[in-house]
Amino acid sequence: MTRRVVITGVGAVTPLGVGAQPLIERWAAGECGIEDGFGRCREFEPLDFLSKKEARRADRFTQLAIVAAAEALAQAGGEDGLPYEAHRVGCVIGTGIGGLPSLEEQTRKLIESGEKAVSPLAVPLMMGNAAAAAVAMRHDLHGHTYGVVSACAAGAHALGDASRIIRAGDADAVVSGGAEAAITGVATAAFGAMEATSPTGISRPFDARRDGFVMGEGAGVLVLEEKEAAEARGAEILGELLGYGATCDGFHLTAPQPEGTEAARAIGLAISDAGLAATDVDYVNAHGTSTPLNDRSETVALKAALGECAGDIPVSSTKSAIGHLLGAAGAVEAIATVEALRRRTAPPTVGWEEAEEGLDLDYVPGSAKPIENGDGPLVAISNSFGFGGHNAVLCLAA
Amino acid sequence: MATQVSTENVEKTIYDGLVELGTERDELSREASLEDLDIDSLDLVELAQIVEDEFGVELRGDDVKDVKTVGEVIDLVVSKAA
Repeated sequence: MTRRVVITGVGAVTPLGVGAQPLIERWAAGECGIEDGFGRCREFEPLDFLSKKEARRADRFTQLAIVAAAEALAQAGGEDGLPYEAHRVGCVIGTGIGGLPSLEEQTRKLIESGEKAVSPLAVPLMMGNAAAAAVAMRHDLHGHTYGVVSACAAGAHALGDASRIIRAGDADAVVSGGAEAAITGVATAAFGAMEATSPTGISRPFDARRDGFVMGEGAGVLVLEEKEAAEARGAEILGELLGYGATCDGFHLTAPQPEGTEAARAIGLAISDAGLAATDVDYVNAHGTSTPLNDRSETVALKAALGECAGDIPVSSTKSAIGHLLGAAGAVEAIATVEALRRRTAPPTVGWEEAEEGLDLDYVPGSAKPIENGDGPLVAISNSFGFGGHNAVLCLAA
Repeated sequence: MATQVSTENVEKTIYDGLVELGTERDELSREASLEDLDIDSLDLVELAQIVEDEFGVELRGDDVKDVKTVGEVIDLVVSKAA
C-alpha cells in the first residue's frame, strides 16, 4: 500500500519576521524584508529562544533551524509532542554552506593567535549537519537524521528525501527543512566576485532589469508525517507533499543549462510522482533568483514541463520578498507555497515591472491574486536549483 | 606574562569562565557538581583553554576526566601549577 506524506507543522525565521505567519502574510501583502542589499533576519534574537549555552554551541544557521523547528513541532504536536516512538521520527535539514561565520572566526583566530586559540567547538559549530543534530537532540528524535548539502537546492532535497524516508516505511514522521546564515565577509565577497549577486542590491526576479540575487538568511522547517497515522491521531493537516523530482544538469559548475532540460525533467518527475499531469498544476513557486541566467532558463523549463498551460498558471518568486536564502530557500518556499495554497492566493513577485522578451509567463506583478480552480485542494510545484546543476522540485497540495 | 597561580585567582578565573560558557553565577560554588551544572566534556575543554591562556597551565582531557565538582577543578589547576 502506498504511504502518503502530509504536512502537520511549519516554522520559519525569515527577513519578514520570526514565524511562518509573518512570512506568508507579509509576502502576500507585497512587503519586502530586504534592507541595504541583504535579507537579514533582523527581528531574530537568539537569546529570546535559546539558553546562553545552547546559543554558544550553535552557529547562526543552527540557531535559526532550532527556532523554526520548535515552531513547527509545537504546531504539529502541541505540548505533548508527536505520539510516535522516538526512533520512528527523523530529522533531515539542508544547508548550502553550514557554519560559515564560525569557520571564518576560527580561521581568523588561527591566523592571528595560533592553533591554541582555535575553539574546541569549531567543528560542531561549522559542520553542515549541525542543525539536524541540534534539532534531534533538543526534541529527542532518534530516526534517520542528517544534513543535506546541495547549495541552493538543499532545502528542497531535504524535504524530498524526508518524504522518501516516510514513504519507504522507515519513519512515521520527519522534521525537515533547510537553514542558512552565510551573510559573511567571505561569502559576500565570493558571490560578488563571480557576479552572482546584485550590485544594486535589488531582488526582482523575472524583471528585465534584474542583475543578480540578494543574499538572505533564515530557516524553514516542516513536520512531515505519514498520512494515515496523522489522520488517526486527529492532527490538523496543512497540506500534502505529493511528489518529488530530482535531476542534475551535469553541465556547468555554476551556470544553469540554458535550455533548462534537466530542470524541466525534475518538474515533470515531481508531477508524475504525484500521480498528476501538468494540467493539474494551479500555482508555481519559482526558484526565481533574480539572476539573468536562472530566470531565463527556469522560464524555458517551465514552458517545456507544463506545455500549453504554462502561460495560464501564476508563477511567483518568494525571493522577491526575502532574497535568496540559499540552502534554506527550498524549505522556506515550500512553507510559503503550502500557506499560499491554503489561502488560495498567489503572492506577487514583488517589484516586477518590466517584461523581457521570452520571459512571458504570469509572474503575478503588483499584488497577490486569487488562485482559481473550484473548491477542492490546489496543487503547486516549488522549484529549487543549486550550483552544481542540482535540480529539486516538490509537488505540494493544500 | 601569565597571572600568578593562587587558589583565589584560579577560582575567579574558573567562575568567570563557567559563566561565560553559560552557567548561572549564583549556582557556582566549590561544592557544586559539574553534572548538576550541566558542564560536560566540551565545557571542560573550553575551560582548559581559558585556564591555559590565563595561567599557562595545560590541562588535557585525561587530567579532568575524573573531576566531579567545581572545587576539584580549581584544586587540580593549582596543583598542576605547583
